[in-house]
Amino acid sequence: MKYMLLIYVTEPATAPDPAAMAPMMEAYENFNKAVAEAGVWISGDALQGRATATTVRVDDDGARLVTDGPFAETREILGGYYVLDVPDLDSALDWAARCPGSQNGGTIEVRPLHEFPAG
Amino acid sequence: MPDDVAGVEAVFREEHGRLLATLVRGFGDLDLAEEVAADAIEAALVHWPCDGVPRRPGAWLVTTARRKAVDRLRRDQAYAARLALLCADAERADPAPATALDDEDVPDERLRLFFACCHPALPMEARTALTLRCLGGMDTPEVARLFLVPTATMAQRIVRAKRKIRDVRIPFRVPAADELADRLPGVLRVLYLVFTEGYAAGSGPGLQRLDLVDEAVRLTRILLRLLPEQREVAGLLALMLLVDARRAARVDDGGRLVLLADQDRARWDRDRIEEGRALVVRALTGGDPGPYGVQAAIAALHVEAADVETTDWPQIVALYDVLGRIAPSPSVALNRAVAVAMRDGPAAGLTLLDDLRDEPRLQGAHLLPAARADLLRRLGRAEEAAAEYRAALELVGNDAERDYLRGRLDEVTGAGRTP
Repeated sequence: MKYMLLIYVTEPATAPDPAAMAPMMEAYENFNKAVAEAGVWISGDALQGRATATTVRVDDDGARLVTDGPFAETREILGGYYVLDVPDLDSALDWAARCPGSQNGGTIEVRPLHEFPAG
Repeated sequence: MPDDVAGVEAVFREEHGRLLATLVRGFGDLDLAEEVAADAIEAALVHWPCDGVPRRPGAWLVTTARRKAVDRLRRDQAYAARLALLCADAERADPAPATALDDEDVPDERLRLFFACCHPALPMEARTALTLRCLGGMDTPEVARLFLVPTATMAQRIVRAKRKIRDVRIPFRVPAADELADRLPGVLRVLYLVFTEGYAAGSGPGLQRLDLVDEAVRLTRILLRLLPEQREVAGLLALMLLVDARRAARVDDGGRLVLLADQDRARWDRDRIEEGRALVVRALTGGDPGPYGVQAAIAALHVEAADVETTDWPQIVALYDVLGRIAPSPSVALNRAVAVAMRDGPAAGLTLLDDLRDEPRLQGAHLLPAARADLLRRLGRAEEAAAEYRAALELVGNDAERDYLRGRLDEVTGAGRTP
């Protein structure tokens, strides 16, 4: 079954020093290697920051409403995701716990993807 | 097979959890397992009284249930297709022949069911409900009655939980040895919640709801049989038995709460105490103690004493110190303060309770004002005690405890009635 790991992070007020980011980047590289080697990786990306978010909504009359900013004005923002193919929720939760996104103040929400019967 | 209906029900209640667990293992689907388990038990109720109880009743039930499942899946192709998506195991399509199964060959799969029903991905109220339903063999109206919620509310709670188990694929599996430390406390917490809900009912007319207490003890016994090496399971069972041993003395003939100090110790259940004490030893032997083992040790010290005065309060305070280290919580601090009051006098306890005044997790509960009231009363500070009793009365939910507090309030205000 495929699960999406949605990584929620708190964005720092100022851009962090690249040197300070190095351990985190290395942790993600190791995690990427682990999911690839286990054969469970389907996809995954990091998103650019809150300042780049634009929200679109089309109302019943077909008018397009485009606004600056993320959908939900919360402290945490969706920072990236993984889609993994694993046997069950326990396995997905194990990977989520190993992912750097659930550590150091981050939070991961785990949701199964809808699977539709073939045909 | 017992002739009386209650006896038959008891047999099936015990058998139901095992049957359901075996079927869930095979189908990977709780709904189908529940449905055909009920069918099989219904068939047994029809056939066994006429044909006699089969030599291997457990195997008979599993085989019958599997046949019912095959029938059901033949009738309902859409359901079968959805189930196939779950990549459930092959025995679904190829049920074992009736004669091949021996009862000894029907392994006890209930541990899987415990871990699925108590999975942390489910809301707590659903975990207790599912555990009572799947492992306790209770139906939804029974569970609803025990938790004092309308049947429709409970039904919805259970349906939602089962849907989540299916949709997110919560596995029916026993965690590996290295995961157990993470997962077992969650199962124990569910069982302990069922117990405390029954032992000190948070609301309602009775002080105790004994069917919940009995069920919690029964389920914890099963868990200990399945996980005999896990000392915290022994600790939890010990704690339940040692607390419940005081059941008969805890409420007077009028249904009123009797405090530990005033209980008739001759009415304590000696068998439960002996069994509980043996389990405490098991829980505390070989490695660092867990929180249930320590709480059971405290309960053991209470029941071993002839009266409150000769209770080993220094040892109880020491055990609360241990508990405060391994599982700190405001209620541990509160109980420790009460124990210190017994060891060093009420003034010493009161000083410790003062430190807890701003503790957010004790706000809104009657425990802190009730404890303060008691110590102030013992210090002869009647007016302050009365104020705390009134504060506790505002917050208490249980009628028997309310009666007790009111009696104490009358006592310190000299309003006549003595408890």
